[in-house]
Amino acid sequence: MDDHDTTLAPAPRKVVLGFQDVEDLTAPDLPTEPVPLNMGPSHPAMHGTVRMVLEVEGERISSADIQIGYLHRCFEKESESATWTQVFPYTDRLNYISPMLNNVGYAMAVEKLLDITKEIPERAQYIRVIVGEVSRITDHLTCLGASAMELGAFTVFLYALKAREWLFELLEEVCGARLTSTYLRIGGVAYDLPPDFDAKLRGILERTQIVLSDISKLLDRNRIFRDRMDGIGIITREDAISYGITGPVGRSTGLAYDVRKDHPYLVYDRFDFDVPIGSTGDNFDRYAVRVEEIHQSIRILDQALKQIPPGPFMHGDPRIALPPKSEVYNSIEGMIAHFKNIMDGIHVPSGEVYSFTEAGNGELGFYIVSDGTGRPWKCRVRPPCFPATAVLTKVLPGLFIADVVPTFGMINMIGGECDR
Amino acid sequence: MSAAEWMLSKIDDATNWARKFSLFQYPFVTACCGMEFMSVAAPKYDIARFGAEFPRFSPRQADLLIIVGTITERQGPALRRIYDQMCEPKWVVAFGVCASTGGFYQNYSTMPGADQVVPVDVYIPGCPPRPEQVLDGLILLQERIQRGEGHSQITIASEKAAKKAEKLGQTYEGPLVSIRPIGEHPKLEENKVEK
Amino acid sequence: MAQIVLDQLAAKFTGGEILESGTSHGDEWARIRRDAWLAVGEFLRDDAATKMEMFIDLTCVDRLGMHGGNPDAPRFDVVLHLYSVVHKHRVRLYCGVTEDDASVDTLCGLWPGANWFEREAYDLYGVRFKGHPDLRRILMYPEFVGHPLRKDYPKEKRQPLVRRNAATRE
Repeated sequence: MDDHDTTLAPAPRKVVLGFQDVEDLTAPDLPTEPVPLNMGPSHPAMHGTVRMVLEVEGERISSADIQIGYLHRCFEKESESATWTQVFPYTDRLNYISPMLNNVGYAMAVEKLLDITKEIPERAQYIRVIVGEVSRITDHLTCLGASAMELGAFTVFLYALKAREWLFELLEEVCGARLTSTYLRIGGVAYDLPPDFDAKLRGILERTQIVLSDISKLLDRNRIFRDRMDGIGIITREDAISYGITGPVGRSTGLAYDVRKDHPYLVYDRFDFDVPIGSTGDNFDRYAVRVEEIHQSIRILDQALKQIPPGPFMHGDPRIALPPKSEVYNSIEGMIAHFKNIMDGIHVPSGEVYSFTEAGNGELGFYIVSDGTGRPWKCRVRPPCFPATAVLTKVLPGLFIADVVPTFGMINMIGGECDR
Repeated sequence: MSAAEWMLSKIDDATNWARKFSLFQYPFVTACCGMEFMSVAAPKYDIARFGAEFPRFSPRQADLLIIVGTITERQGPALRRIYDQMCEPKWVVAFGVCASTGGFYQNYSTMPGADQVVPVDVYIPGCPPRPEQVLDGLILLQERIQRGEGHSQITIASEKAAKKAEKLGQTYEGPLVSIRPIGEHPKLEENKVEK
Repeated sequence: MAQIVLDQLAAKFTGGEILESGTSHGDEWARIRRDAWLAVGEFLRDDAATKMEMFIDLTCVDRLGMHGGNPDAPRFDVVLHLYSVVHKHRVRLYCGVTEDDASVDTLCGLWPGANWFEREAYDLYGVRFKGHPDLRRILMYPEFVGHPLRKDYPKEKRQPLVRRNAATRE
């Protein structure tokens, strides 16, 4: 990473115990018997519910079988019996630490199928970018805080949650819910931003930057943190490509792919921001990429708040958007449009589309199949942390049991997204 | 009531007072409610004020099982096993609507509430519940513990009463303490086994 | 934008392996005959003009009873999404699979990331992948009977593993 100085070079891996090196203790002539060790599905150091059946020899893992599915809540099956708008609450609960980003992904997928992507009002696009980046900041703060807590840095967890709390309160003013927002609708957003949003968000971002610098001061040169994170859990760039790993985990391996830069959507092409790329693909790189991404998100938010225009926040076509309440109560057309929109759902023409956005963990894809009615025929989520969890079966063997904790934490597997 | 029984009931009250203000929680975190659980444990909505601060990371050391988030059918045996490993008296809180009744998930994989596999003392609704709601639920639980009306407390008390009735050669009719609505204080005399 | 992918495919596979192809809503797609699935995948990964080394997604669509669907078409469609980091283009490939012989070749040899995606397609739809090293359920538990995302599996049919006796306090 260019703007860090060279004193942050990775600490040496070998530890000298007494007069013997650790490597000697695991020499092949020492007798070891493989022992199966079960971590999970309820484990204090796993955020998310996952079961790892490890085979260990001494302290080294020789094979890892990762079993997911403990939070399979049937997103696809539920969305097949809901209308297009009723799917939004289910999307909130996919990557539940950045719910707005999932909403954005789904809304854009349905709008692509309706061919109204260019007709979304500009103010709505800016609002989507703003709440999306706020969600991305909460995503990374939660990941960093929880992973640091598992390594023993409880103060970092409290600092990160303090910053997250401010953002939650702001989101509550926008849409009414701290966590599961259901703020977006097909064609725009549900409500406009509150009047003092600009000043409040700017104040929060200033304080968040102070919190981030506190966290960096506590962790970046911390001997314990560096020893546990440097050189551990290395994912190579070739693995990232062939497994389909994107997002902070993919970028930490050196893969320069960010959907916001490579295939800009909404108004991301109007902002000036950088995308941090790691070099070694170890845990510390993933941590550093996430911290830098928060800084870049703050940069995007700053520009978005300056550029956001006034105007409508919802598409005007009554077949897609609910008409305003004054029309619903005072005109027959408004009432009928409201009724049909709610009861039948939006009539999306039949067809199939794959739409992708940059969510907190990487490329979140929605593959939607419509049969022309008001309910989806299929609404598939391509989860970004699914391949990242799959690569752990390759990365974990060879590590110590204690290395599983930071590695799994930095992959940021979110059960709601991985298992849907 | 004899002096010995009065003494025992005061000791019971004191024990319950100590138990309610020193809950050792085992957060069985699965889903989105876990984020609000983290917020409740964070400095703003501090759960440490209520004594339930540090999570015990083993069910053997915990007495409050907080089921946070959706329980799927696959998770059922694991949850039951963790509940069985806890020592009595133990309490269970269903945090969130998914743990209470299954939430808005009605499908082949979601268990309609954690009370399908474990007996739950307090249900906290919300998707996810606001931290204030969680603290309200915790206070309800503490009141229940003070009155001795948690499920496992009733089980313990009824087992003791059954043994005592057996020693005296009488039949035991039912649990000694019945569940009363919040706000009413049960009068032990009403439920006493006839001498 | 990814028309070159379809052109390369049409140029290389002239024996009728590409049943249909086209562009819809900005996405390029092609329907592949089942026996050419592996060959097409390998070509797309290795050819210099396409270089689709990133495995994005593999899933199934169950078209049983779909409005406006063709009743003679195979019931399941295995759908594959690929991306090229070098050329920044992507493609969607379909492979029709009938209900009686719901199987297709595995892509694990070409992209290791296909492993878990194929396990999920098997778990939820029942499509088998020939040659897969470890084809077992991934999201549902091993005792589960049936393939839940098929259109004929009722949404609320539960198969519980454990229930307590609600009459007692245990």
